[in-house]
Amino acid sequence: MNTEAQLLIVRKYRNEKLRTRLSASLTETFDTDLYERNGVDKYDGYNKSIAVNDSDEDMEDVDELNGRRLVGQYTATKAQMNEFATGGAEEDDILMGREKQAQIASRETDYQKRRFQRGALTPTRADPFAANSQAGVQGDGLTYKEIMAARELEREEERVRKLISEKEANGENGVVEHQATLKDTDKENAEAGSTVAVASGRKRKQRWDISSEAPALDNKKTEEIAKTKRSRWDQTPGPGEEAPKRRSRWDQAPAIGGATPIVSAGLATPMHPSQMGAVLSFGTDISSRNAPLSDEELDLMLPSEGYKVLDPPPGYEPIRAAARKLMATPAPITSANGYGGFMMQEPENARAMGKQLPTEIPGVGDLQFFKAEDMAYFGKLVDGADENEMSVEELKERKIMRLLLKVKNGTPPMRKTALRQLTDNARNFGANALFSQILPLLMEKTLEDQERHLLVKVIDRVLYKLDDLVRPYVHKILVVIEPLLIDQDYYARVEGREIISNLSKAAGLAHMISTMRPDIDHQDEYVRNTTARAFAVVASALGIPVLLPFLRAVCRSKKSWQARHTGVKIVQQIPILMGCAVLPHLKGLVECIGDNLNDEQTKVRMVTALAIAALAEASNPYGIESFTEILNPLWTGAKRQRGKSLASFLKAVGYIIPLMDEDFASYYSAQIMEILLREFSSPDEEMKKVVLKVVSQCANTDGVTAAYLKDHVLNEFFKSFWVRRMALDKRNYRQVVETTVDLGQKVGVSEILERIVNNLKDESEAYRKMTVETVEKVVASLGAADIGERLEERLVDGILHSFQEQSVEDVVILNGFGTVVNALGTRCKPYLPQIASTILWRLNNKSATVRQQAADLISRITMVMSHCGEDATMGKLSTVLYEYLGEEYPEVLGSILGALRSIVTVVGINQMQPPIRDLLPRLTPILRNRHEKVQENTIDLVGRIADRGPESVNAREWMRICFELLDMLKAHKKGIRRAANNTFGFIAKAIGPQDVLATLLNNLRVQERQSRTCAPFTVLPALMNEYRVPELNVQNGVLKALSFLFEYIGEMGANYVWAITPLLEDALIDRDQVHRQTAASVVKHMALGVVGMGVEESFCHLLNLLWPNLFETSPHVIDRIIEAIDACRNVLGTGIVMNYTWAGLFHSARKVRQPYWRLYNDAYVQSADAMIPYYPDFDDVSLRRHELDIFI
Amino acid sequence: MADKLRAQQQLEALQARYIGTGHADTTKFEWTSNIARDTFASYIGHPPVLEYIALGLGEPREKVRAHMIDKMIQPVGKPPEVQD
Repeated sequence: MNTEAQLLIVRKYRNEKLRTRLSASLTETFDTDLYERNGVDKYDGYNKSIAVNDSDEDMEDVDELNGRRLVGQYTATKAQMNEFATGGAEEDDILMGREKQAQIASRETDYQKRRFQRGALTPTRADPFAANSQAGVQGDGLTYKEIMAARELEREEERVRKLISEKEANGENGVVEHQATLKDTDKENAEAGSTVAVASGRKRKQRWDISSEAPALDNKKTEEIAKTKRSRWDQTPGPGEEAPKRRSRWDQAPAIGGATPIVSAGLATPMHPSQMGAVLSFGTDISSRNAPLSDEELDLMLPSEGYKVLDPPPGYEPIRAAARKLMATPAPITSANGYGGFMMQEPENARAMGKQLPTEIPGVGDLQFFKAEDMAYFGKLVDGADENEMSVEELKERKIMRLLLKVKNGTPPMRKTALRQLTDNARNFGANALFSQILPLLMEKTLEDQERHLLVKVIDRVLYKLDDLVRPYVHKILVVIEPLLIDQDYYARVEGREIISNLSKAAGLAHMISTMRPDIDHQDEYVRNTTARAFAVVASALGIPVLLPFLRAVCRSKKSWQARHTGVKIVQQIPILMGCAVLPHLKGLVECIGDNLNDEQTKVRMVTALAIAALAEASNPYGIESFTEILNPLWTGAKRQRGKSLASFLKAVGYIIPLMDEDFASYYSAQIMEILLREFSSPDEEMKKVVLKVVSQCANTDGVTAAYLKDHVLNEFFKSFWVRRMALDKRNYRQVVETTVDLGQKVGVSEILERIVNNLKDESEAYRKMTVETVEKVVASLGAADIGERLEERLVDGILHSFQEQSVEDVVILNGFGTVVNALGTRCKPYLPQIASTILWRLNNKSATVRQQAADLISRITMVMSHCGEDATMGKLSTVLYEYLGEEYPEVLGSILGALRSIVTVVGINQMQPPIRDLLPRLTPILRNRHEKVQENTIDLVGRIADRGPESVNAREWMRICFELLDMLKAHKKGIRRAANNTFGFIAKAIGPQDVLATLLNNLRVQERQSRTCAPFTVLPALMNEYRVPELNVQNGVLKALSFLFEYIGEMGANYVWAITPLLEDALIDRDQVHRQTAASVVKHMALGVVGMGVEESFCHLLNLLWPNLFETSPHVIDRIIEAIDACRNVLGTGIVMNYTWAGLFHSARKVRQPYWRLYNDAYVQSADAMIPYYPDFDDVSLRRHELDIFI
Repeated sequence: MADKLRAQQQLEALQARYIGTGHADTTKFEWTSNIARDTFASYIGHPPVLEYIALGLGEPREKVRAHMIDKMIQPVGKPPEVQD
């Protein structure tokens, strides 16, 4: 029976999961495994949709009555549960093998894994739109009608299954546990069933007739399997099997070797012992015990006489397809079962060593890697069959296989050529041959991101070439690609969209609709969800208008609510995908789904509201006129709904209100506010989130007045949301802060602060933090002018309190403090002594973070301190900071330097305490510190001193600093490099460039190339002198510096052209091509700077030297050369350079013609018109340009 | 290989934008046609030049202009016969 088949799959799939995931999902109810009932949907009671854009809450569970839980929520939130289950979304499981982590399947949610249930390949479809199809002629592949019938059947089956399971649940059918086992072998039935069943049926069939090792087992075994499946109680281990593994967590001692006998039966086949050998620990490796004996071993065991080695019978083919099945067993044991501890690897296992995986496949070459699973697909390539005896089809298959393998596992250049070959020959290979190999690969469970990306790329390229030939395979491709649309990875989603949009362009709208139509009311929610997303992509690819009639029909489907649901979902996905591009079709889309707001099905109503929300969000701030029709149903609906569906209605309302004009907005928000206020006290997290969002949306609209908010909303709002509990959950916290700030924008600072300022002294730290953050945001956006004297006192007092009381130093508090102090400005004066003493005390704290925070706070409030005339206090602070320059924690040291810098900035160099001449020598050794934050802050401080008061330190000290600075020029962070450069400039100004230059040039000698700093003219002679050093690196460095120099000085360069020409002359005829390349870039920059300045002769000379380099082949060199010639053309005029060019345009050697044409093209693009007079004269009369001979 | 491919693509893009650009396999016919067309376009595009030519030919300027536009069709005669 079908349920049986499905159970098989589910169980197997679950093993798989146990294996791939160490942290077993907590959301699994293990009890159902123990007390397994037939056909109960494993996913009942779970959040079935993934929140890609948190609008997917539509598929809710049955155990909530009308969306509201009858019992209060006492458990953790669903989000937390998920977090525990997956161990935090981003954090990878460190115990999981690296290769496992890379696998896509290992980080998919349960929902996403349901893609495997769809079965790898759906049947090929007929192409009714093919050009040569005639009425009555049946193409191969299933027709639309057949597919629809099949879907109908599936739905019916699902219905019956549900009925049965309901009955079971009610205990009406007690005998189910003991169903006749014989039914299990009824394969025909299984195959007619759902896709899932088909897949399993197929697999079983394979095992049936392929397993060459134990053909005799077959029949008996299947029955045993069936029995095993059935119930766990009455089971005694059969002779050929291990004890059945129970999936309860308690006893997961090393029950090695597959959870189910099916799997161990698979072990009968020879596969990658290398992998198993590596993973398993000593004595547990039953696979090697059960593995077939090798020829050598047989030779040893059997007498050589009297026996004969028989040839395999014709048609016998060793199995390689079973790779995955085989691997399924042993791998998990290491981790999943808690069978941890140190395990010796067993390299000495001869048999494991004997059969390494191939790294080289005949006809493919060296691959980057070759996984065990690849063997299943590409094994054919290593079977060593004679290609001369193969048919064309087989050859083609192998060819594709080889190319795919190269693309998937090859090195980048291999990949590139293989991809190109695949694309170019796509039509020759044919769609069938290509897709029948690509698509199964994509369904492989162990697929990794990189491989998937490459395979998807193959499909993409191939699609272009195949065009309408692709039609019969559209559905197959969709089944494989649709899951990409709900991947967590953004790029995967984009890739999926691209493929589907190309697919729809290739296959055409009509075919896409007829292919996807049957999936719209598919019984599986997963299929419907992905189909809806795919449809949205189709809409964006082919335009919304063409799809509208279809959508309208689907959304009004009378036959099934699933179809309506999917239809609305498509409409919901379209704006999410296309954004404001929906605006022109907004009316049509809204009309499409408007009626569904009153649908009889809650789910449809909910998704409709969500769709409207999405449409309104995308079209903000326009398009209210398109929504007028549905305003009434929406608002009345909102009054009628409860729970989940109310949340979605409110969401829609919240997004529509901002589109309205003032009057409407105020009317409608007043209407909805009643409900919002009621729901303020809702215990549901989701509802809270929505309510907060809607409140802030309402508050943001012009129509809602401050008075209204004060009278009706604020009290309620603060009563229900400003409670300690809200600060504990991060999501709520953020939402409450945001909403409060939005309300503050309307009602003013003091109104908000008055209410929350007392919380600053609350005992809960999280709550204080939330308050400080709100205060910070409100004050930052609205200023402190509104704050009264008493409030001001309480505020500063509160902030100081929370600053002192923090147990974990948090940047939020720091920011809040800084913002408040800066906003209050001079009003702070009375509090500054207290603040300063707090800081001083905390600077002395033994905890590093406290010290760091105190120093950070100084740098934030120096401005205000100087406004308040607290220079003396700052002097005290900076003296203390100076004493702390010996700080050992780099983070803290950085902050201290930052604080010093900001003090220097406000008090000025001369008033600085301690004096600069004391401070700077202390900084010189700190320059050597490698920590980025320290580097950045010191260089900034030093630069500032060099800029403002260089005279306070003697030149020798500056030179010492120059040396220290050199290393900074190599820093990773650009800011540091730039600051170092600037500082060089300042120092050069202070002590004259010669000395600095000497330092830099010494530096050049050590192959330092970043001497792009100083001032020009004085530098040039020194540089030219430096060029005389007979060492290539130095000369190159000089050329590079020259190139920068000329780039910066522009037309000032004209004065130096003559001086520099001999140097360039030498450089351009150097043997080293990098040398010539750099010289060419000098020429280029020089030339571009001096166009029209009368230095043509020297450039003509340089051009003569440049020209022979035209035949360089290295891309960098030739690019620079061509650029230089182009630049010369600008100086010399087009005519002269073209005279050089004509000679080679029709040269007999292609090697000559090519670069010449490149030059010609560049000239043509830049100055085609200027070329007209200079074209050569032709002898042929018809080519003469007589007009040019006219002379008056 | 890849570089060559890219160069090829760049050339194609260039050619699509500027019809007068050429490559190593440009024939004399193509090149001279482009020269002739560019030349006429340039005359027409510089009114003083056009005026000068018209004066020299003793024809009205518009006539010369129209004539030039006409001559842009197969400016150097028929394309050579393709042999193979």
